[in-house]
Amino acid sequence: MILRALDTRSAIFLGVLFILAVAVPFLNQAMTPGSAAHLPSFAVSLLGKYLCYALLAVALDLVWGYCGILSLGHGAFFALGGYAMGMHLMREIGDRGVYANPLLPDFMVFLNWKELPWFWHGFDMFWFAMIMVFLAPGALAFLFGWFAFRSRVTGVYLSIITQALTYALMLAFFRNEMGFGGNNGLTDFKDVLGFDLQSDATRCGLFVATVAALAFGFVLCRIITTSKAGKVLVAVRDAESRTRFLGYRVEGFKLFVFVVSAMLAGLAGALYTPQVGIINPSEFSPANSIEIVIWVALGGRGSLVGAAIGAVLVSLAKTLLTGWFPELWLFALGGLFVLATLFLPRGVLGAVEGIKLRRSRPAREPAPQPAE
Amino acid sequence: MSELRTTEALLYLDGLEKSFDGFKAINGLSFSMKAGELRAVIGPNGAGKTTMMDMITGKTRPDKGDALWDGRIDLTTQDEADTARLGIGRKFQKPTVFETHTVEDNLLMALKDERSVLATLFSRTSDAQRERIGELLALVRLEDRRGDLAANLSHGQKQWLEIGMLLAQDPQLLLVDEPAAGMTDEETMRTAELLKGIAGKHAVVVVEHDMAFVKALGCRVTVLHQGTVIAEGSIDHVSANERVIEVYLGR
Repeated sequence: MILRALDTRSAIFLGVLFILAVAVPFLNQAMTPGSAAHLPSFAVSLLGKYLCYALLAVALDLVWGYCGILSLGHGAFFALGGYAMGMHLMREIGDRGVYANPLLPDFMVFLNWKELPWFWHGFDMFWFAMIMVFLAPGALAFLFGWFAFRSRVTGVYLSIITQALTYALMLAFFRNEMGFGGNNGLTDFKDVLGFDLQSDATRCGLFVATVAALAFGFVLCRIITTSKAGKVLVAVRDAESRTRFLGYRVEGFKLFVFVVSAMLAGLAGALYTPQVGIINPSEFSPANSIEIVIWVALGGRGSLVGAAIGAVLVSLAKTLLTGWFPELWLFALGGLFVLATLFLPRGVLGAVEGIKLRRSRPAREPAPQPAE
Repeated sequence: MSELRTTEALLYLDGLEKSFDGFKAINGLSFSMKAGELRAVIGPNGAGKTTMMDMITGKTRPDKGDALWDGRIDLTTQDEADTARLGIGRKFQKPTVFETHTVEDNLLMALKDERSVLATLFSRTSDAQRERIGELLALVRLEDRRGDLAANLSHGQKQWLEIGMLLAQDPQLLLVDEPAAGMTDEETMRTAELLKGIAGKHAVVVVEHDMAFVKALGCRVTVLHQGTVIAEGSIDHVSANERVIEVYLGR
């Protein structure tokens, strides 16, 4: 099963990830700061953030690229995973907060709360928080998918509901009464599992953990998409009613990938929070979720490697461009999307493939287009 | 649902009614089929042929009437996947195959097998399945296209692939909607031969406009008009029926 999932391209991708996992900590830790070969710590965290996005893109590609479910609310699952991790990190602060309350996080003391809300219990334990990283987004995806897929909500209607879902969550998390820190979110983290979050070694450790998570998510999605269930997913994407008339319960397959995808998005969010140092309700904003879709579209929908590359490329461009011309970024992003749709319908990776195909086979055959 | 068979028929429809926004698409339709029977259903546009198939396969629920499968199972409570698992296969009017899959994978997914998420996640193609796919490919004359994407097949080949997928399900009843649409004369005759070969082992309902094709099938014909059966019998018998001539053949 695993062998079938690992074709040459996947092997190269995993190889690159392995090299990153070794080289980035090495260049950061073993090289003397200031030398040309030294990788500054902020860059380690930045790369870690990109790889969190890559995992998020892989998760979205599983549902959109393979099963045709265009989720415009995947940022919600990412943010929920991020909040679950953030809650643990808040509890870890303990009495080192500004108000030195051993039990209550600072924002609760500030709001004059006397006791810990019930849903904050248990988050002092790392293992519990890790379960919630998967369970919270997974349960939401299950509940949402159960109703949406059974009622056969598809296409643009489904996309709009997912958008509404993340928007509603954003509004809810903005409220102080919700107990998640309101618009400031959760921040001021001190350490994780006893390691200081400010130290370079911890940053390297988090980076390696992110690489491992991306590799895990990638291999899991490869196993799913190369199995017969993966063929059924593509069948649902291309001809849903035909799949039903063959006797497959389409809603079951959709629910399965939607939940798996949400959990992977949650994992990405959980790794994002400690590396960025903050999680706040803006992560739920619809614009964030749309950006994920753009990564996948640019990288190559229906190709997991392409999705990951798209996320890294666009995020890199965003970092550079917002540094140089902050006001131009949204125009650049929109422009990229338009250009990709017009000229690279199968994304960057699809275009590279197309060139290779043309070279090896002069008599051009029409390339198969994924159906809408 | 009683265990006692109430009818010998494989498929038994009685007094079905269905309205869409006040329009009676099906109006007191009764129809029955024996196992292994080949039957042609003809009728002008809007006669209710497709709605009838939708009701048999659980896509549309009738407002009134009974639909019994195998004398025991109430088809009005089943959905598409249920009816497919009961053994009803359906071919659409427009050939619908999985274009981004190979011909082989199209058939593999249709093969009778466990259909759950878990089962498909861990399933491996057995030699017996590969062999069965080979047989089906031979039957629908697509042996040399096994590894090609279904998108690259011609229209007629897609029709055949879809019939092959139906057979792969090994259904007791095949519902075939206008299989000859868009086919050349030669392909049409070959398709008629193919369907005649299938009948006997499977019951087959063919909905068709092409009278030459229906003649070539040489089977019992049911004529639908305004959601109800107006004649049934051999092709010569129904061709001589005055109402049939009036509403359909004469035009």
